[in-house]
Amino acid sequence: MKAAAFAYARATSVVNALELLAAHGDKAKILSGGQSLMPAMNLRLISPDILVDIGGLAELRGITVSAGVLIVGALTRHVDLLKSPEIALHAPLLRNAVTHVAHPAIRNRGTIGGSLAHADPASELPACVVALDAMIVVRGSSGERRIGATEFFKGIYETALSPDELLVAIEMPVAGKSSTFFFQEYARRHGDYAVVGLAARAVVAAGRFTDLRLGFFAVGDRPLLAAAAGRLINASVTSALLSEAATALADELDPQEDQQATAAMRRHLATVLLRRCVAALLARPELEAGVTK
Amino acid sequence: MSAPVPVSLLVNGEPIEALVLPRLNLADFLRESLKLTGTHVGCEHGVCGACTVRIDGEIVRSCLMLAVQAEGASVETIEGLSDSGEIADLQAAFRERNALQCGYCTPGMLITAQDLLKHLPVPDRQAIREHLSGNYCRCTGYQAIVDAVEATAKMRGERPA
Ligand SMILES: Cc1cc2nc3c(=O)[nH]c(=O)nc-3n(C[C@H](O)[C@H](O)[C@H](O)COP(=O)(O)OP(=O)(O)OC[C@H]3O[C@@H](n4cnc5c(N)ncnc54)[C@H](O)[C@@H]3O)c2cc1C
Ligand code: FES
Ligand code: FES
Repeated sequence: MKAAAFAYARATSVVNALELLAAHGDKAKILSGGQSLMPAMNLRLISPDILVDIGGLAELRGITVSAGVLIVGALTRHVDLLKSPEIALHAPLLRNAVTHVAHPAIRNRGTIGGSLAHADPASELPACVVALDAMIVVRGSSGERRIGATEFFKGIYETALSPDELLVAIEMPVAGKSSTFFFQEYARRHGDYAVVGLAARAVVAAGRFTDLRLGFFAVGDRPLLAAAAGRLINASVTSALLSEAATALADELDPQEDQQATAAMRRHLATVLLRRCVAALLARPELEAGVTK
Repeated sequence: MSAPVPVSLLVNGEPIEALVLPRLNLADFLRESLKLTGTHVGCEHGVCGACTVRIDGEIVRSCLMLAVQAEGASVETIEGLSDSGEIADLQAAFRERNALQCGYCTPGMLITAQDLLKHLPVPDRQAIREHLSGNYCRCTGYQAIVDAVEATAKMRGERPA
């Protein structure tokens, strides 16, 4: 199908975009890469009166590092994350994740800001920013605010953004030398939305986790920072302890059932990813094999 | 205010000026306004890849881009890639190996395969499959397509630069 008629405004600056949003309220939609908005409009799931195209705003695109903080502009495209030496060095989790996001032609246009604002619970990047403890920088007519990633996602396609606000950047602490990462997902086909996935950041010292952030996706209505990780921090991880953590994780999840998987299958796959992740990060392959299920 | 908007762009190297409705996507603009019907339209929501074109050298879905967003861009379609001879060897390999049957997916497959060979001249079969993963073919079963891309990569590797 084709999109219903709408008006089009090309924003000339962030300030101009905010003025347009203030003038049109929730009748307006921001257009970034269009890789989620256009499908929704072509399928007539939504029919905004006006699109505010921010695609040309160079000030929102790019990756910088300043005072230990990695700043990624909202219009930074998936392909930019894939190619950026700063991302490879300071946030390799994003690089690993983005290879699983859609297909090359879509990664050439889709943006990180669009992905986070769209907030599909099966999306990779929202779970990554949760695992990386990122701040989402948002600007509105009344100024700028910073929202912690765990507070930003509110439900399926729902975020803390109000209709007159623009997501402008994502800020993350740069990965210290001690940080390690894990990313894996189950998908029917490479590039498809995940059936279940896990993005994790850890600090390991003397064979123990001193920090572990597990960002699961496609397991509920938003990316989930698993509380079960707490059981594995500052503890000597045994097979039994890992089984306990897996049970706690399965209890904590509230997965949807859809044509891809039942809730029970999603719970099971999440625990498999947990075991793989812990085994990989602690470099103890027996932990993955040693648990029966 | 959903009145026509002026755009100027390059299509296969030729300057084009047009007035387009905002809702017109680039695929329909190419097909209906410019009669470049090599760009195919399958799903109109990004999943089939039949509408793949190049914008400023990089592949994109023309069904997910508005014609107005192509302002100032250089668009290349399968007609452009064919006429320049850039993919003549790839097209020949597709023919030889029966990598097309109905041909619906073929323009998108060719553009996407050429994109892979530009970025990664000697891809293995896994890399070919991954790069083409967003392009549906309902006829061939993909094996012959992967064969044709692999054969082209080999031939290009052996050809003196
Ligand atoms: C076939 C296909 C497969 C895909 N597979 C995956 C996948 O496996 N994983 C995945 O994560 N994604 C996938 N995607 C989606 C893709 O990653 C999109 O690029 C992304 O979700 C949205 O980014 P965008 O820049 O295109 O945003 P747009 O489509 O332009 O916008 C999306 C939404 O966010 C709003 N928005 C955009 N930018 C801002 C901003 N700066 N501030 C406030 N609001 C904003 C828009 O108004 C709109 O509501 C797929 C898409 C397609 C077509
Ligand atoms: S028509 Fe554009 S991807 Fe299917
Ligand atoms: S040849 Fe018919 S869809 Fe590919």
